[in-house]
Amino acid sequence: MKYTEKPKTLKQLRAEIETGTTKATDLASSYFERIERINPELNVYLQLAKDRAFAQAERVDGLAAKGGPLPVLAGIPVGIKDVLVVRGIPSTAGSKILKGYRPPYDATAVEKLEAAGAVVLGKLNCDEFAMGSSNENSAYGPVRNPVDPERVPGGSSGGSAAAVAANMAVATLGTDTGGSIRQPASFCGVVGVLPTWGRVSRYGLIAFASSLDRIGPIAGNVRDAATMLGVIAGFDAKDATSVDAPVDDYAAECERPVEGMCIGVPAEYFGEGLDPEVRSAIEDGIAKLKAAGCTIKPVSLPSTKYAVPTYYLVATAEASANLARFDGVRYGYRSPSSENLAGMYRHSRDEGFGAEVKRRIMLGTYALSAGYYDAYYLKAQQVRRLLAEEFQRAFAEVDAIVTPTAPTAAFKLGEKTGDPLAMYLADIYTVTASLAGICGMTVPCGSTKTGLPVGMQVLANHLREGTAFRVAAAVEAV
Amino acid sequence: MADQVTMEVVGRVAELANLELTEEESVAMVRDLNSILGYIEQLNELDTSKVEPLSQVTELMQVGEKRLREDSVVASLDRATVMSQAPETDGVFFKVPKVIER
Repeated sequence: MKYTEKPKTLKQLRAEIETGTTKATDLASSYFERIERINPELNVYLQLAKDRAFAQAERVDGLAAKGGPLPVLAGIPVGIKDVLVVRGIPSTAGSKILKGYRPPYDATAVEKLEAAGAVVLGKLNCDEFAMGSSNENSAYGPVRNPVDPERVPGGSSGGSAAAVAANMAVATLGTDTGGSIRQPASFCGVVGVLPTWGRVSRYGLIAFASSLDRIGPIAGNVRDAATMLGVIAGFDAKDATSVDAPVDDYAAECERPVEGMCIGVPAEYFGEGLDPEVRSAIEDGIAKLKAAGCTIKPVSLPSTKYAVPTYYLVATAEASANLARFDGVRYGYRSPSSENLAGMYRHSRDEGFGAEVKRRIMLGTYALSAGYYDAYYLKAQQVRRLLAEEFQRAFAEVDAIVTPTAPTAAFKLGEKTGDPLAMYLADIYTVTASLAGICGMTVPCGSTKTGLPVGMQVLANHLREGTAFRVAAAVEAV
Repeated sequence: MADQVTMEVVGRVAELANLELTEEESVAMVRDLNSILGYIEQLNELDTSKVEPLSQVTELMQVGEKRLREDSVVASLDRATVMSQAPETDGVFFKVPKVIER
């Protein structure tokens, strides 16, 4: 059975809804039908939000009947990664510890999508607390890749990427801490955006590593991703770290030619460990950018090989602090076997968290503990500055940097589950931008001989999302 | 460097992290943490003695001074809504097992 299907573009769907050719309610119904048909096999959605979706779709149809004007995402069916809270809809973060939790408020990004007319279909499967690179760490079972169900969709936003690849949503929200939007989007053959840290409010995101966490869109094409980001980006008083800077017209940037742009290619991303077929697909993509009038320039990012160890110290240290809130007191799971308060905390956490989450809490707690803080956490923060400064030097010379998004195409289910370190190395090309706080995206760029998608990562400096969209649109066009 | 994480270290860190690991989990944790920390060792190749730590990236962006929001009282979630998600509550407070043994 074939699961992949390209969604119609936002532009086309919006035109159909505006002219009344398509009703938002019918569109939502047809998406729910498709989801109910194939979700048992792909395990993409954890929860559907039918009442909420139809109420919103009816509002859109009412507006359209009156002749509009319609907001930019009117009637567009979207899905939300389960680490973002949606009021009243069970939100689990892929964890048993939050089973049945119904959040009392909406994440800002979700609120903005709905204010722009989007129809939220439901919550998407992901690795537990967004910790993983294959979606195999979900307490609710792995997601299967719609391109090849024997393979992983990538992670942690595996459900968000697979939903778009299988047309179970037109676009989705994912989150990216070390590559969790870009790597799965690459594995599933769709577009995934990592906005600058602070560009999109994190209010309502169940936190993993706060200095790294970002919310971003996944879509079937670059222009739709640009429109989605335009809706969710911007300052939010509810997130003290959200950046107070104007939001560019990303959709317009997609239409600007790339002729005359300077594109950096770092040798460090093309070394040992890179699959030859992935390399060849990316080199073809680079040749096409050159043919479109870009100057291709080698750049040096010599600390790249230190990014994975740095990332796994910073991210786990922050995770150990963030996940301390899950203690069975205020929400979520409480163990019934609790003789006293301390025992209740420990049993609730031990029974509620999965193996990878415990591993990261332990590593982070160790790295922060007395006697090890300087050797690990402080050291990692120092290397983080080196990595960030290398990008700043590179962006003084080039407009954007292109690399493979991941060293291989999608791997098989179970292939890396026995070896946490091997799994961490799947993030080798994505954690650098996470640590540096810069923006970027993955855009489909060819495939392997067996038809597995390859993604090109396009990186740009802080708040230069427009530049990344411009380059990605050129890669997509060829 | 020899394996630095022993069963004893795992026990102490688990206590700090409020986790209660089974014997089996502890054994796996010793193995995994040593493997990951062994990989992390390579950071010592870098001389960072003169590098300031970077805890987050806002300082690298050209976005000017941070605007602080007005310090004023605004409505937040009401108690009943919040308490509806509590494992055990009397409607006013969260209820927890005994803290002090007599």
